Amino acid sequence: MGKEIANAFKEIGLAFKDGGFKTRISYLFLGLGQILRGQWLKGISFLALEAGFIFYMIKYGVSYLSKLRTLGDVETHKEGRITVYGDNSFLILLFGVLTIIIIFAFIFLWWLNIHDNYEMDRFAKIGKPLKTNKQVFMSLFDSNFDKTLLFLPMAGIFIFTVLPIIFMICVAFTNYDKNHQAPTNLFTWVGLENFQKIINFGSAGFGSTFFRVLGWTLVWAFFATFIDYFLGLAVAILINKKGVKFKKLWRTILVLTIAVPQFVSLLYVMKLFANDGLINGWLLKLHLISSPIQFWVNPVLARITIIGVNVWIGIPYLMLIATGLLMNIPEDLYESAKIDGATGWQMFKSITLPYMLFVTGPFLLTQFTNNLNNFNVIFLLTQGKPQSMSLANNAGSTDLLVTWLYKMTVNETNYRMAAVIGIMVFIVTAVVSLVVYNMLPSVKDEEGFQ
Amino acid sequence: MKASRTASNIVAYIILVLISIIWLFPFVGIVLQSFRSYRPEVEYGGMVDYLIPKTFSLDNYRFLFSSQTNFVKWYGNTIIIALVVAVIQTIIVLCVSYALSRMRFKGRTLLMRFWLILGMFPGFLTMICLYFLLKQFGLTQAGAVPGLILVSCASSGMGYYVCKGFFDTIPKSLDEAARLDGASRARIFLTMTIPMSKPIIIYTALVAFMGPWCDYVFASYVAFGHDESYNVAVGMTRWVWTNDYQGYFTRFCAGGVLVAIPVTILFMALQRYYVEGVTGGAVKG
Repeated sequence: MGKEIANAFKEIGLAFKDGGFKTRISYLFLGLGQILRGQWLKGISFLALEAGFIFYMIKYGVSYLSKLRTLGDVETHKEGRITVYGDNSFLILLFGVLTIIIIFAFIFLWWLNIHDNYEMDRFAKIGKPLKTNKQVFMSLFDSNFDKTLLFLPMAGIFIFTVLPIIFMICVAFTNYDKNHQAPTNLFTWVGLENFQKIINFGSAGFGSTFFRVLGWTLVWAFFATFIDYFLGLAVAILINKKGVKFKKLWRTILVLTIAVPQFVSLLYVMKLFANDGLINGWLLKLHLISSPIQFWVNPVLARITIIGVNVWIGIPYLMLIATGLLMNIPEDLYESAKIDGATGWQMFKSITLPYMLFVTGPFLLTQFTNNLNNFNVIFLLTQGKPQSMSLANNAGSTDLLVTWLYKMTVNETNYRMAAVIGIMVFIVTAVVSLVVYNMLPSVKDEEGFQ
Repeated sequence: MKASRTASNIVAYIILVLISIIWLFPFVGIVLQSFRSYRPEVEYGGMVDYLIPKTFSLDNYRFLFSSQTNFVKWYGNTIIIALVVAVIQTIIVLCVSYALSRMRFKGRTLLMRFWLILGMFPGFLTMICLYFLLKQFGLTQAGAVPGLILVSCASSGMGYYVCKGFFDTIPKSLDEAARLDGASRARIFLTMTIPMSKPIIIYTALVAFMGPWCDYVFASYVAFGHDESYNVAVGMTRWVWTNDYQGYFTRFCAGGVLVAIPVTILFMALQRYYVEGVTGGAVKG
């Protein structure tokens, strides 16, 4: 990687030294070298992009860049009865970031243009003919087909994922919250203040809340992943058992939970367990209990109920996967184990389970990271409730980091802390993925079961 | 030996029947309660302690199609979003997967690693920024439907894993033979790879189609306060959370049944492809 960049820089110098007039002029006017050589398709594209870049920089780029350091200093104020709008910190930050990226993209474009000219120079020296404009165009459907295929998807990802993520990372270093709402108020850089706040255990800090929510997030992800995994495996083995009939029927019944949209099924289940819900109603009617079981009100019970309901959601999915994989285990392994007098449990322990864990290791890891961010189940069932006085900023006992982030954005408009939590979620996910991935048997020993 | 096998099979059947009851109960419940009238003179439409309605009525369904609610509009919105997203997302995923699976270009692994890292950021982090971007184009509130389509499609390229895994299993020698015959990459992609990929196309489209039916969070943020551009999830979730005591619970059940029926039928019909995709994806990791 470093070497490639060094070579690219070297080429800038070499091309200028060795190149002719046509190459040198294109250092200033991108694409002019190509046009002079009759490559007008490439040339005009380069020239148009350069013109667009200069236009953008003059019209927007320079002014946003110059304000990026302070994020604006003219407050919106009233002159008499007229509101005079000042700087919009949100716009300045967003377009400031965009401008920096555009500048880097333009430098890359500039290099591409030099690289192209230099190559044509060398072609001319050895007398190799240049591609015609038609050939250049047609290559977009053949040797350069990847660029055609990836252009739109990459543009979409850039505008709707990359740019917003960089913007939000920047917000974590500002004081953008409900007291500093653009466009009425300005917000500005505050350095690491927000990160200090999240690990500050004092009364103004989020420390104790953050670590409690983080703890529950990890506990939840662990149970949600492994309970579902083993129960799903068990159900799959049960259905696959020799002599059990109507295999398809059992599977279809289970798969219903995947088919029905979660917001319908989970909201119904939520009401089922409510204090005035059907389960409590029945139990009360049968005089098994004298007051409703507080499924969603008691913090511990709420957590257990959520994990329980998640089993209902998760088992069918794992059952499907396990069913497919179980069929791949060579039958003769079981045959020879039987001859040696192994019991069913022994066979499961030393053949089925190791095989499944080996094959589904990476899948378990993605399941775990998905569960860390399992918004739907928590949000539709409890919205993070029950609320607790001992938790800061509206966090509830069943809140995951992501649902807390959501509340922070929508209810509190505390964008600065939401951004910090988002970064924390990223760090947790990345660390878990990296550490576990390198421990996976299928990564350490690829040949293991082949 | 034989007796013990019969005994263990009986245990297996008992467990399976119990499982089936637990799994089916909520669905049976939702259907039954959707037939309980919400009109006080007939029956109470809120939370009750019995499952089977005392009188079966179609009041809830009549309400859904009446002018008192925008349910039909929400339903239409959701279908439009789901259909358009399914088509565009499938095309994008196919393009990205083909490029990453078949073409070798500079920065390919770098790009894949970069997308992997991007995927580790929680999606809701960028909500305000996306809202602002959409607002610039007038795609919030009244324009929420195209806005939601745009956002769901824009980043769908990052979900290429399962599809690329499938393309990787198609022998490369087929491509090479076609190239020797003078076919361009684009032609190979359009006339050879795509026709061979029916299962994975159906899987991708099915998953993309089912997503918007559950989209509550972002949809409610983008369409905030503009009833006409809600989708079913946003509109009906409100019934459960805020208006429960006025008897909206049974109306939610009826709406839930109407939402679940087409999606469930579609899913069941295409279940085979879903299983193939999910299992393939799980093993590939």
